[in-house]
Amino acid sequence: MSAASATDLPAAATAGPASLRLLEAARWRWYEFLFWGIAAACGLSVLAPALGFTVPVIPTKLMLLSEILILGLLALSIDLTLGYAGLVTLGQGAFFGIGAYAAGLMAKYGAGVAPLSDPLLGLLGAGLAASVVGFATSFLVLRGSDLARLMVTLGVALIVEELVNKLKDITGGTDGLQGVMSSKVLGIWDFDLYGYTAFWYALGITFLCFWFCRRLVNSPFGYSLRAIKGNALRARAIGMPVNARLIQVYTLSAFIAGVAGGLLAQTTQFASPDMVAFHRSADSLLMVIFGGAGHLYGGLIGAAIFRIMQDFLSNITPQYWLFWVGIVLILLVLFVRNGVIGLLMAASQKYIAKVPPKSGALK
Amino acid sequence: MLTILFDGVAYGMLLFVLSVGLCVTLGLMNFINLAHGAFAMAGGYLTVVMMNWYGISFYWCLPAAFIVSAVLGVVLERTLYSRLYDKTHLDQVLFSIGLIFVATAAVDYAMGASQQIINLPDHLNGRFEFLGASIGVYRLFVIVICGLLTVGLQFVIGRTRFGSRLRASVDDGRVARGLGIDVTFIFALTFAFGSGLAGLGGALGASILSMDPTFPLKYMIYFLIVIAVGGTTTITGPFFASILLGVADVAGKYFVPSIGGFIIYSIMVLVLIFRPEGLFTRSVRR
Repeated sequence: MSAASATDLPAAATAGPASLRLLEAARWRWYEFLFWGIAAACGLSVLAPALGFTVPVIPTKLMLLSEILILGLLALSIDLTLGYAGLVTLGQGAFFGIGAYAAGLMAKYGAGVAPLSDPLLGLLGAGLAASVVGFATSFLVLRGSDLARLMVTLGVALIVEELVNKLKDITGGTDGLQGVMSSKVLGIWDFDLYGYTAFWYALGITFLCFWFCRRLVNSPFGYSLRAIKGNALRARAIGMPVNARLIQVYTLSAFIAGVAGGLLAQTTQFASPDMVAFHRSADSLLMVIFGGAGHLYGGLIGAAIFRIMQDFLSNITPQYWLFWVGIVLILLVLFVRNGVIGLLMAASQKYIAKVPPKSGALK
Repeated sequence: MLTILFDGVAYGMLLFVLSVGLCVTLGLMNFINLAHGAFAMAGGYLTVVMMNWYGISFYWCLPAAFIVSAVLGVVLERTLYSRLYDKTHLDQVLFSIGLIFVATAAVDYAMGASQQIINLPDHLNGRFEFLGASIGVYRLFVIVICGLLTVGLQFVIGRTRFGSRLRASVDDGRVARGLGIDVTFIFALTFAFGSGLAGLGGALGASILSMDPTFPLKYMIYFLIVIAVGGTTTITGPFFASILLGVADVAGKYFVPSIGGFIIYSIMVLVLIFRPEGLFTRSVRR
C-alpha cells in the first residue's frame, strides 16, 4: 500500500549520517503526543461531572472507547505484517479469538483469584497461545502468491472458528464462554460496571504494545521488514534472512492480536465464537485500510472511524450499516490511496507547498 | 452409499457451474473477484421473485437468471472492475469484499434476512430407486443441465476460435495482445458469461443451497477451495475439484457431522501448501 513509507522522511532529516537520519525519523512528533493526549482525555472526561461541567457523549461511551482501543490494537498487529512486511492476511481474527479464549479460560478457571486469573498474566497467556499458533502457521505464508496467502490465512481462521464451535466442552460452543472473571489489575483496580478500569487498562496495554511496535519498526529489524516488502529478492541478495524475518514478524503480530483478544475477553467478561468469526478478520483488515497501512497510527485511527461509524449507522439503520461500509470501501479502493493518513499527508504536503517554512525554522 | 455419491456429484456439478466463471476470470486477468457469489445470489433471488411473486414457470427463470446476471456482470465489469485490473491483489480483495457487503445489505433490505424457499414444479420433486440408490429427480435434473453446460463449455473452449483465443489469453495475456487478440473484449465477454453461469447456478441451487443474504460470503470459501484445488489454467481442473469437493462435503456431513467443515478447510490448506498451483494443473512454470 505505502511504497513510500520508507522514504518519506521529513526534509530536515535527509542531511547528516545515516544513524542520525534514522534517529530523526524515530523522534516523537507533536501530533503523536496530541493523539495519545486525546485518548487519555477521553478517559479523564469521566471526571468532568465531579468538576462541575458535563461532556455529553463520552462518559456513557466508555465501553465503546475501550473497544475501539482493542480493535485498534488488533489493527496494529495487522499493520505490522501488512504495512511493514507486506504480508497479506485475511485470518488475523483467528489469533484474536485464540487470545480471547486463552485469557477467558485462564480467568474462568482462576475463578477471580490471582495468580491464574490475574489480568496481566492472562494477557501474557493469550499472547503466547496466539503466537504459538502464529509460529506454527507462519510457515504456510512464506510461499505462494498473495492469493495463496489470503486463502491459507482464511483457511486457518475458518479451521479455528470450526474448532471453537465444535469443542463445546472447553469453549462452550455457540453459547460462548461464560463466567470470565479477572482479578484486580495489578492487585489494585477492580473491573467496574462503568468500564473505567477497563478503559484505562485497555489504553495502557494498547499504548505499551504501540510503543513496542514503534520502537520495533524504527529499529534495523523494522527497516529490514520494509526492505523485504519493497523487494524480497533483493533483500535476500544483500544477505537478509527473509524467511526468518517474516516468521518472526508474523509470530509477533499473532502475539499482539492475541493480547488484543485477551483484552476484549477480560473487559467484556465474555468470549464467544463471534470473536473468531470471519468478519473479525475482514473488519480488522478494513480498519487498517481505512486508516492507512504502514504508519502504525492507521490501524488505531481506522478502528476509531470504523467503530464510531458502525455505532452511528447502526442507530439509524440497524443491520444495513454493512451497505455503507461496503460503499466506503469501494470508494476508498477506487479513489484514495493509503486511507485517512494518506489523505492527511497529502493535505499537509499541499499546505507545506503553499506556505514555505521560514529558513532555519527546522534545525 | 450410492445416494450420497449421487447427491455429492449433483452438489459438485452445481459448485462447478457456480465457480467456473471465477476460475476463468482469475486465470485470465489475475483478478481476485471474491464477490463472484453475489452474481449467483442475483440469479437465485431473481428466481425466487419471478416464481413466488409472479408465478412464472421455473424453466423460464433459468435463462432469465443467466441473462440478468450476465448483464449485471458486464455493467459492473465495464464501470468498476476494469479500473482495478492494474491494482494490487489486496485492493481487489477489499473492493470485492465491499461489493459483497453492499450486495448482502441490499438484498437484506429488499427481501429480508430469512432464507428464501421456492416450490419446484411437481414433476421435479420426488425420488425413485435405481440400482439400489435413491435418486432425487431434481438432483438428476441438475446433473443433466450442469453436465450439458460442462460439455458445451469444453467444446467452446477446446474447439472454437473464440476458445482458442481465450486459452491463448489465459496462457499469456501479453503475447496474446501482441498477436492482435482483443484481450479486453474477451475478458469482458468471459466475465459476463461467467457471471451468467453463476446466476444460473444460483437459480438451480436456490432450492438446494440455502438462499439468504449471506450467500456470497458463505459460498466464497467453496469457490476459493475449487480454485485452490482445481487451479485456474483449465476448466477440467475446477470440474474435478468441484466434484471432489461436492462428494467430500456431502459425505463428510453425512458420516461425521460433528466435525463439520473441518475436512474441506483442511484439504484446502494442505493442497495450498503442497501444490500451490492446484492439484490438477499442468506444471507450467512462468
